[in-house]
Amino acid sequence: MRRLDARLLLPVLSLALLLAAVFWVQPRAMSYTGLNLLFNLAVPIALATIAQMLVIMVDDIDLSIGTFVSFCACVTATVLHDSPLLGVLVLGAAVAVYAALGALIEARKLPAIVVTLGMSFVWAGLAVLMLPAPGGATPDWLRTLMTVKPPLLPMAILACVLLAVVSHLLVTRSALGTRLRAVGGNARSVARAGWSVVRLKAVAYGLAGVFGVLSGMALVGLATSADANIALRYTLLSIAGVILGGGEFTGGRVSPVGAVIGALTLTLAASFLSFLRLSPDWQIGAQGAILVLVLAARLLVRRRAVA
Amino acid sequence: MSGLVRPWSWAFAAAGLTYAATVALTGVQGAPGLLVATLTFASFSVLVGLGQMAVITLGPGNVDLSIPAVMTLAGTLSLKLMDGAAGTEAWGLLAALGIGLGAGAANYALILLLRIPPIIATLSASFMFQSLAVWSNRGLRIKPPDTLATFSTGATLGMPNLAWIALLAAAVFWVLIERSAYGRRLSAIGQNARAARLAGVPVEGVRAATYLLSAVMAALAGFWLACFSGGAALNMGAEYLLMSIAVVVIGGSSIAGGNSNVPGIWGAAMFMFLIVSMLNSYGLGAGVRLILTGAVIIAIVAAASGRRAAA
Repeated sequence: MRRLDARLLLPVLSLALLLAAVFWVQPRAMSYTGLNLLFNLAVPIALATIAQMLVIMVDDIDLSIGTFVSFCACVTATVLHDSPLLGVLVLGAAVAVYAALGALIEARKLPAIVVTLGMSFVWAGLAVLMLPAPGGATPDWLRTLMTVKPPLLPMAILACVLLAVVSHLLVTRSALGTRLRAVGGNARSVARAGWSVVRLKAVAYGLAGVFGVLSGMALVGLATSADANIALRYTLLSIAGVILGGGEFTGGRVSPVGAVIGALTLTLAASFLSFLRLSPDWQIGAQGAILVLVLAARLLVRRRAVA
Repeated sequence: MSGLVRPWSWAFAAAGLTYAATVALTGVQGAPGLLVATLTFASFSVLVGLGQMAVITLGPGNVDLSIPAVMTLAGTLSLKLMDGAAGTEAWGLLAALGIGLGAGAANYALILLLRIPPIIATLSASFMFQSLAVWSNRGLRIKPPDTLATFSTGATLGMPNLAWIALLAAAVFWVLIERSAYGRRLSAIGQNARAARLAGVPVEGVRAATYLLSAVMAALAGFWLACFSGGAALNMGAEYLLMSIAVVVIGGSSIAGGNSNVPGIWGAAMFMFLIVSMLNSYGLGAGVRLILTGAVIIAIVAAASGRRAAA
């Protein structure tokens, strides 16, 4: 338990530090509206980061999550808006495809990095077929849900807290979550203990698909329309978010709460840089620099923990 | 690995079949032109693919995500330096290679000093390279010197000049990987890094050399791509990230590391270009084309690992 706390310490600290820096540069951000604007886009990114984390948890990596979220956004803005029942069916089928991929990767021992790379072409193609030009419309209930203004805390922050709690219960507290993390830690021992690794990987990928679908829907709820390239950045952002949140690429060592915090940090970093009136030329570079700084700090913390 | 069927022959067979299927539709008069286009565009994929192959051979977790950014940076900065003037060609090429070395050193420094996974290190470095390129370019479009523009679009002995360069690069890589101590060490690390270290292989030296090599190849590809297309563009490297990984895997190298395959890179690069032009000539839209490309990649990987399991 104490190790878990140490793992979470750094993501929390970097988020707090960044938030303090934002408030210092732009004190007006310290309000309900300000926070809402700062974290608005965090919800879909956090959902995509949890999806990526579920795949990294079983020792794989998902290079298709960005195009998958784009595809789900396109479905939400077209089919789900026009005929809700068909839309639910399509999104359900997409989740089933994700689960089937997990089973295929394990059953045939395929490299996940290549299969998901191939799938990224497939989802991109399907998204282009759905929505050849940017457009579509948000279902009203989704728009209402994403723009609701609850008392005390903005919707974006409440949603992220809820997501962190739900995924923490699912991954760290449930029996299923423990089995899934065990697949990442030592798949052979899980198989010896009588569990079907193929089925467990299908479950992990299926869950990732569910969070991917939710991410696409949340994105359309905020953006009010969609296009086929709307979430391409999410592939890299989600990997960075998982790592920033203290997750590791191997061994099933991931932290759902950390992943959500990592996603929030990345969202905030972008807002912070635009507050600084930094020339847009340098914004991507500065985001990379922030990533490097956080990882360097993590190294220092770890050294001290070892000593 | 003995026997008549070499692991790389599959990529060439697939490329040959796709070529035949395209020519069957477009008619024989288009065949030579298609071949020239294939060789030219495959060259860029081969250059970046060779570097990515060396990195992937290092073992699980090793992949260079900074290739597109390094291509863009080398392309923009070297063209800016030459400024279209004659007599500056050698300096431009040297500058591109220097940028490659610098970028590779930055990548490796992050991996070594921060002990972060190479995926994250090359990803964060690529953000910074991309920013540098944006800052230095500012939307200008500088033309390459005429000599370089003519050379990169020309042909010698019936083969595009760029294909000669990529062929030479592949030959150098083949010697490096199959015949040199570096290649043996690279494979040893990819198969079992711990065993290699205990056996006295200078693991960190080999890793450093490999990331430098990959960045230099990306810079070289970026330089020639900028010359070939008459100027650098900020998104010119974008499609080569997926391409570099795809050609390595389709070419028969092991994605888990430790086993690389130089000829396969050429076969896979030609196949990847041909499959797109085949689907184009069958009049399919962008969406269907993307779906089929993805399906083909997955099918090849599924079939290839099935063979390995059966063997």
